[in-house]
Amino acid sequence: MLAQFLSLQWKSFTRSASFSTHLSIKILIGFLLLYFAATFAFLGALAYHIIQDELARDPLETVNQFMIYGCFYWVVMRYFIQKTPVFNITPLLVHPISKNKIVHFAMGKTLSSGFNWLGLFFMIPFSIVLVVEGHNWVGVLSWFVGIMAFVMSTNYFNLLINNNQKAGAIALSVLALLGGLHYVHIFDITAYSGPVFQALYQYPIAALVPIALWVFLYKAAFADYKKEMYIDGGLALQQAEAKTQEFTWLNQFGKTAVFLKNDLRLILRNKRSKSTALMSFLFLFYGLFFFTGSVEMYNSPMWSIFAGIFISGGFLFSFGQFVPSWDSAYYPLLMTQNTSYREYLNSKWLLIVVATLISWLLSTPYIYFGWDVFFLILAATVYNVGVNSYLVLWGGAYIKMPIDLTSNKKAFGDKQAFNIKTLLLTIPKLVLPVLIYFLGSLHSEQLGIALVALTGVMGLAFKNHVFSIIERIYVAQKHKTLWAYKQK
Amino acid sequence: MIHVKQLKKSYGEKQVLAIDALEIPSGQSFGLVGNNGAGKTTLFSALLDLIRLNQGTITNQEMDVSSSETWKQFTTAFLDETFLIGYLTPEEYFYFIGDLRGVSHSDVDAFVGQFEDFFHREVLKQKKYLRDLSKGNQKKAGIVGALIGSPSVIVLDEPFANLDPSTQIRLKELLREWSQQKGVTLLISSHDLQHVTEVCERIVVLDKGEVVNDIKTQTQTLKDLEAFFTQKSQEG
Repeated sequence: MLAQFLSLQWKSFTRSASFSTHLSIKILIGFLLLYFAATFAFLGALAYHIIQDELARDPLETVNQFMIYGCFYWVVMRYFIQKTPVFNITPLLVHPISKNKIVHFAMGKTLSSGFNWLGLFFMIPFSIVLVVEGHNWVGVLSWFVGIMAFVMSTNYFNLLINNNQKAGAIALSVLALLGGLHYVHIFDITAYSGPVFQALYQYPIAALVPIALWVFLYKAAFADYKKEMYIDGGLALQQAEAKTQEFTWLNQFGKTAVFLKNDLRLILRNKRSKSTALMSFLFLFYGLFFFTGSVEMYNSPMWSIFAGIFISGGFLFSFGQFVPSWDSAYYPLLMTQNTSYREYLNSKWLLIVVATLISWLLSTPYIYFGWDVFFLILAATVYNVGVNSYLVLWGGAYIKMPIDLTSNKKAFGDKQAFNIKTLLLTIPKLVLPVLIYFLGSLHSEQLGIALVALTGVMGLAFKNHVFSIIERIYVAQKHKTLWAYKQK
Repeated sequence: MIHVKQLKKSYGEKQVLAIDALEIPSGQSFGLVGNNGAGKTTLFSALLDLIRLNQGTITNQEMDVSSSETWKQFTTAFLDETFLIGYLTPEEYFYFIGDLRGVSHSDVDAFVGQFEDFFHREVLKQKKYLRDLSKGNQKKAGIVGALIGSPSVIVLDEPFANLDPSTQIRLKELLREWSQQKGVTLLISSHDLQHVTEVCERIVVLDKGEVVNDIKTQTQTLKDLEAFFTQKSQEG
């Protein structure tokens, strides 16, 4: 039975339409995990001596002291990044397989997650050093087993809370609150939690407590999932109550408004586009790496223009480059309607431009770092509006990746969120302004900034011309795009 | 008038459509029947320029559909759920189509309102997005959407599939009325021979991408069609 489940899993992986990008992302994630594993192992091996020599404290006690934060952090990370066991369960329900087996398998699958094993890369070398340095090996072993049981517990705890929309925010706030209270010396939770973890070493029998917790959480998650094994239960799709939204204030944009309204509804009513739009706000903070001087290699004006492009271009990059894929689900409808590509593109363009300008408004606090930073971001914004807005629409014509708007997948680590082509298309959008700036800055920095802005203004002036080119590309790509959107 | 000439469409080695000549005069109600894989949907998709032909042309009122776009002004279609925008409510969807076809919101309201019994009160004002409606109700919304804006060419792929018996009967009346009163060209495909003979004046049978029969509907047409498909099932 297990073999059959595994073969189903393997087939669903290898036969998914996006297998090739899927695989490249797996490889990328694999490298990331390797990197983390190496870092953790390094840290594990060196931590003992660093704590002892640099901080002059007992290494084991120090690690135990902060272990509570590790656990919270692990819960938060899992909630936001780790996927819940998606397993095509409905077709199996009517076959002679006990529900217990199905649930056990779906839950067992989560064990393969890197989150469970990353910890080992720190724990194993650190434990070895502990024994080498003369700690009682029985104690170290029970400490090791106990901590790993805690890590496993967070796995099943995550399964329990993952269906709850608010749980992640609560866990995150608890973590922030405890950390904050600790930081301002009001309440230090580690004073209470440290000895608990320390007890795992002092009293080996105590390791049974986290193991019991692990078993308890597994059983609880198991019961929870089993209870939900009905197509009108946990397997049902959530339906939100619909509200009609008119957006009549948009009517002044004429026929473009017809599409603009839909685009707004698209963003507001679909998980996928909503999270993309929210993510684009994070780009606003990107500049902090550059202008605070916290990353040394970014301390050059060349990099600053790079930052400026990102600060105002968050929406442009994350949403804009998937035009027209956002409309992939009903592209045939649009293609048979009495409308032209120009109106369609114009609406998307307007949306991108407005979002870019809003980002710019929100970025004005960067003035704190000086007027030159303000003008730099302004120039980059003009460049985004006048050049990059076309480039993303242009590039979008070639992406042709159907987007499942309703998919519950997290925006992070989603196999469809990145691919090589979209990365390549990003280069002219970023390298070109840096190059223009560089040419100008041979004379003076001001000229560099002015040239970047000027390029943007020129782009705006040629809007009609550029749109004709883009429109031709969209028309030429129409049938290929329609075909690609059918391949789900 | 829709005119198909020397049409060929194949995927790789496999030919899916080969029609030398087919003329559909304006105002005709035209039915397309055939087994799965006969090329019905492919023909409709080609007529709407959703797929590229390997050879040949299709003209819709003298316009080559692959080069002109003017035909879109008087042609509407509902082929499958890719013609619905899932995150809209049915009302918003109808307004959207109305906006694109120059019909005001109040006119859309009045137009859609007359289908209230066809919708069986399960489509309008349900506080649901189209993606959350049942397959049958989605289909009803799609069909009505394709009637907005007084189109003179209406293309419906399998309009009867997924509908409950009462709605099928209602839809038959509706399509008959529609094609007679407004003088529009109606193109439908169906697996239900009885429905199609009741609605269409002319029936074309496709088999493996080729026209094998072109009949003006008469009383014995249903029997002829049944005989043809019975024979097919014995061959196969």
